[in-house]
Amino acid sequence: MNAFWIILTGSLVATCCSLLGCYLILRRMAMVGDAISHAVLPGIVIAFLFTGSRESVPMLIGAGLLGVLTTFLIEFFHRYARVQADAAIGVTFTWLFAIGIILISVFAGQVDLDQDCVLYGEIAYVPLDLWITGGGLSLGPRTVWTLAVVTLLIILFIVLGYKELFLTTFDPAYAAAIGISTTVWYYSLMTAVSFTTVASFESVGAILVVALLVAPPATAYLLTDNFKQMLLLSVLAGILASAAGYYLAVWIDGSIAGAIATVTGMEFMLAFLFSPARGILIKRKQLQPVQH
Amino acid sequence: MILQVENPVVEVHDLTVSYDRKPVLWGIDLTLPAGALVGVIGPNGAGKSTLIKAMMDLLPAGSGYVRIFDKPIGQVRNRISYVPQRESVDWDFPASVFDVVLMGRYGKLGLFKRPRKADKDAAMEALQKVGMQGFANRQISQLSGGQQQRVFLARALAQNADIYFMDEPFAGVDIATETAIIELLRTMREQGKTVIVVHHDLQSATEYFDWVVLLNLRLVASGPTEKILTQQLLEQTYGGKLTVLTKVGELLKKQEFPSRER
Repeated sequence: MNAFWIILTGSLVATCCSLLGCYLILRRMAMVGDAISHAVLPGIVIAFLFTGSRESVPMLIGAGLLGVLTTFLIEFFHRYARVQADAAIGVTFTWLFAIGIILISVFAGQVDLDQDCVLYGEIAYVPLDLWITGGGLSLGPRTVWTLAVVTLLIILFIVLGYKELFLTTFDPAYAAAIGISTTVWYYSLMTAVSFTTVASFESVGAILVVALLVAPPATAYLLTDNFKQMLLLSVLAGILASAAGYYLAVWIDGSIAGAIATVTGMEFMLAFLFSPARGILIKRKQLQPVQH
Repeated sequence: MILQVENPVVEVHDLTVSYDRKPVLWGIDLTLPAGALVGVIGPNGAGKSTLIKAMMDLLPAGSGYVRIFDKPIGQVRNRISYVPQRESVDWDFPASVFDVVLMGRYGKLGLFKRPRKADKDAAMEALQKVGMQGFANRQISQLSGGQQQRVFLARALAQNADIYFMDEPFAGVDIATETAIIELLRTMREQGKTVIVVHHDLQSATEYFDWVVLLNLRLVASGPTEKILTQQLLEQTYGGKLTVLTKVGELLKKQEFPSRER
């Protein structure tokens, strides 16, 4: 049963991270996920100091708000201070992460948190934190419920906003000209990335979140030329990595999150070598006859 | 020479646009007539693209205002279309030709609605108009420069707008595409549409446009082509740019500015 819960948790994280990651890599913003996953640390600490509990909801809200602030600051520095986008990302997230570390060290006695647990999270503990109702009925791990809700919301967001997200990612200037707000969709996407990151890394750690935000979408990008297929394939690659990673970890008796991230990297290498569309070993050259 | 028109489709008043607090367009005041093919012409860095972007409110204006169809731009977005520069997007994006053309229908569809059969038909019809119907399922990274430009044009046509802003649609395209595009623009003019085109080739300008805007950070001239493309005004626009000046010189040596062809 533990294997089931761990793989399910991994798959839920993989689903929402991969879906959002497709938009991030096409916007050339893959590292924003990395930035958010680090920069939310002060948000988590502050939420903890205010509520004094490690309940998921206040943490999610505190960290989610910090995530949105991070994307806002990145955009602000990039646009108004005119530094390069990657420099803006680097300055913003290291700075916010450092503040988080200072907060933890200053309030060390009161905060049951440390940066290791934030960065490396431990997916193996997921089945231990069960949601047990007043009647004593066990409904499974708490994290699975949080993640299931987040995943549903992300899928809903992408289904409802599909064409706007597609257009503002491909050609923002045209979108703005015909009256589709690029700002609204940019911040909606970034809010979604923030909440996904925060909801995920409590259980799986920031590094796996970053891996799942980038590697499965990059794998899918190599495998297809169709955006809807890219979304589906990246989810498949993510879920496959969660399952394979779990068994790899059991086999080598190592870190589950590490093994899952390793599998995502191997998937990418395989796609890079053997993709029918863009692989370097097999090239199906696109010389189709011109039809008129 | 800046000629104003009665009942303009586009009215630009005292428009100044700055990048980094450095103005790149100064005090532009102009009006454009309905149903015209308008060329925006000037040397590199003259602010041609900036002008049309500012007209569509894609760039913040430092001062002044723009009215289109005598309304603020926010109220007439659904009547406006835009063909950006080809290089402004990533052509390796996972999308087909048809996906891109269908984007032309997104503005009218509104939030949460999916494209219906009528939208798909309109997109297909637009592809036919640019002679690309055989390429509907082609991945966009497999297109030549001219084909990319036609796809962008088809997307704008699918919108069925009343005014079109086009940024360098003739840049780097083959002769066949250039001819096809200008034919299309003329058809659009006959249907009463207004088309505003950023253009850099003086030679073809005399033949293509009925109204010309000469720009070099400031507005040099705006009026009917035969009145505007004169030696004096061109020198004012291109003045100081040696390589361009020789080109202008050659052009002027021929002393032939045929009145526009229909």
